[in-house]
Amino acid sequence: MSAQKPRTLFDKIWDAHVVETLPDGTALLYIDLHLTHEVTTPQAFDGLRAAGRKIRRPEATLGVIDHNIATDASRYTGIVDPESRLQVETLEKNAAEFGMPLIPLLDERQGIVHVIGPELGRSLPGMTIVCGDSHTSTHGAMGALAFGIGTSEVEHVLATQTLLQKPAKNMRISVDGNLAFGCSAKDIVLAIIGRIGTAGGTGHVIEYAGDAIRALDMAGRMTVCNMSIEGGARAGMVAPDQTTYDYIAKTPNGPKGAALARAMEWWKTLPSDAAAHFDTELRLDAHAIAPQVTWGTNPEAVLPITGVVPNPADVADEAKRTQMERMVQYMGLTPGQRLQDLKVDVVFIGSCTNSRIEDIRAAAAIAKGRKVADGVRAMVVPGSGLVKKQAEAEGLDRVLREAGFEWREAGCSMCLGMNPDKLTPGQRSASTSNRNFEGRQGPGGRTHLLSPAMAAAAAVAGHLADVRDYQPKETV
Amino acid sequence: MQAFTTLTGIAAPLPKANVDTDQIIPARFLKSISRLGFGKNLFANFRYKEDGSENPDFVLNQEPYRKAEVLIAFENFGCGSSREHAPWALLDFGIRCVIAPDFADIFHNNCFKNGVLPVRLPKEVCAQLMEDAKLGANARITVDLEREVVVRPNGQEIAFKIDPLRRHLLLNGLDDIGQTMQHAPAIDSFEAKQKAAQPWLYA
Ligand code: SF4
Repeated sequence: MSAQKPRTLFDKIWDAHVVETLPDGTALLYIDLHLTHEVTTPQAFDGLRAAGRKIRRPEATLGVIDHNIATDASRYTGIVDPESRLQVETLEKNAAEFGMPLIPLLDERQGIVHVIGPELGRSLPGMTIVCGDSHTSTHGAMGALAFGIGTSEVEHVLATQTLLQKPAKNMRISVDGNLAFGCSAKDIVLAIIGRIGTAGGTGHVIEYAGDAIRALDMAGRMTVCNMSIEGGARAGMVAPDQTTYDYIAKTPNGPKGAALARAMEWWKTLPSDAAAHFDTELRLDAHAIAPQVTWGTNPEAVLPITGVVPNPADVADEAKRTQMERMVQYMGLTPGQRLQDLKVDVVFIGSCTNSRIEDIRAAAAIAKGRKVADGVRAMVVPGSGLVKKQAEAEGLDRVLREAGFEWREAGCSMCLGMNPDKLTPGQRSASTSNRNFEGRQGPGGRTHLLSPAMAAAAAVAGHLADVRDYQPKETV
Repeated sequence: MQAFTTLTGIAAPLPKANVDTDQIIPARFLKSISRLGFGKNLFANFRYKEDGSENPDFVLNQEPYRKAEVLIAFENFGCGSSREHAPWALLDFGIRCVIAPDFADIFHNNCFKNGVLPVRLPKEVCAQLMEDAKLGANARITVDLEREVVVRPNGQEIAFKIDPLRRHLLLNGLDDIGQTMQHAPAIDSFEAKQKAAQPWLYA
């Protein structure tokens, strides 16, 4: 037997899931966990029904309602918008008809699909995980290969538990050293996207490595992996380690006892071999990262909070200049203006990027003893019912409410403008979500992406603010 | 799925990079449970003004581009979300082919599943085709998947490459689920082996 070629984390998970390789190199890849939600599945179930097909492994499938529901008390009295209601009812009906496990809307485990998978212990190292949702990359934080798929692929996975896939290229991004005061996982990933651009990861799976990544808790790793797609990558992942195992041991549905010990034996073989080949490598110095905020309409348009709005006239390339002019105009900015002077109308703390208990703690630490500035609407939307419950047990909801934040029910909320939580045209938001595209949070809305602590600082300041001015030094 | 063989039609120029899926079909229109009907909201934020009336400046509201079957754009077309509503909206409008220097991965995949052909051509070629497209109705372009060429209005042929399996499926309008179902015995034996080695996945 020839010695095995050194492999990356991605290679190992990939190899372990290839059912067959077709003559042209396409792999039939086995899928261990298929998560579904109401928006991207109705047409897939229609397809199954039309062809008389069944779900191959309902127990490897889990549905949840998250995108188009209200996050205020109105969810308890029924969904008002008729189209949203139909979409939710369609998922409920399909789940019943096809035997797919579904977390009901009013269940305490309900939440954003990418928050609940890891939290319940369903997303595990070494797995292949898919969902009809681009931010499925989040689950890569568990040391899994997790990626978003389209609705036709959802149907394919439902029917066959497999996908036709071409192998991706390997990219490693190492973030070395310690994060600086006031910075978090969100700042790391925004800085990375600022470096590689929105298409920098196209065709690649990114493995995040280095001491700064190893030092992150699971929530932080999820924040980083979540935004891999914003850098164009198919998936993002972090090798499993003790932090991962400790996290899994505490989840309600993760393997326990002997099963966990056996699983860990395999998981420990997953990290990339020392000599493994990466097609692309990038290193960043963690200490050089300052708190980040986006100023434009894609996540690559990002700067340290101390920065100023760039001037399109300084850009030589015509297409880039035109795009920048459009961004400056859409965002209602003036070149040279200080980012910290931008007044905000809305602050949104939530989304699958930053709605975990750690994120809410970070926001509450800034909000504590302060007040949301006049004229600012600030909302905190926990990622799941379990996060909400935990936060309430810690009294964080009280801290936030006393400061003037709204404390909401779990869901995608203002991350995207398809439920009642929306920006109105021209409103400016400081948002912990992942996309600042034109109209993403509602038509004409202007989104600045930042970390939960930065968002809380913006809420109390009334304008984008440097969290370092609000954070007690000794807490770091 | 509708097969794609060859198409001769009007190409609409959209000289932008990073056209994301929120631009192609904004999230507020994703509530339908059907695959049809998204065409009227394709590029809605550009096509309609705030009062709902048409914006005459947007290319797809101009003649002859209301009937465009090909769209020419710049880098990283289709970035953003995984929504298959993006190719559904293009298709429902009548666009069967998008030509750009490169595409975001998931969007690229989704196109093939719906009979929409994404053609990658170098930026300079896209810029040339963009100029052709600006000539309107007299400048039809042909996209021939069989021969893998784009034919410019002046008759010049430009070769492109599509993955052979995808080309085969698209030319014949084949559904990949049916194909994969033929591998059921291999999937069965994979599951049996995995269940023995990783029982926690089957608990
Ligand atoms: S929170 Fe936002 S990005 Fe995450 S799944 Fe929901 S809509 Fe998508």
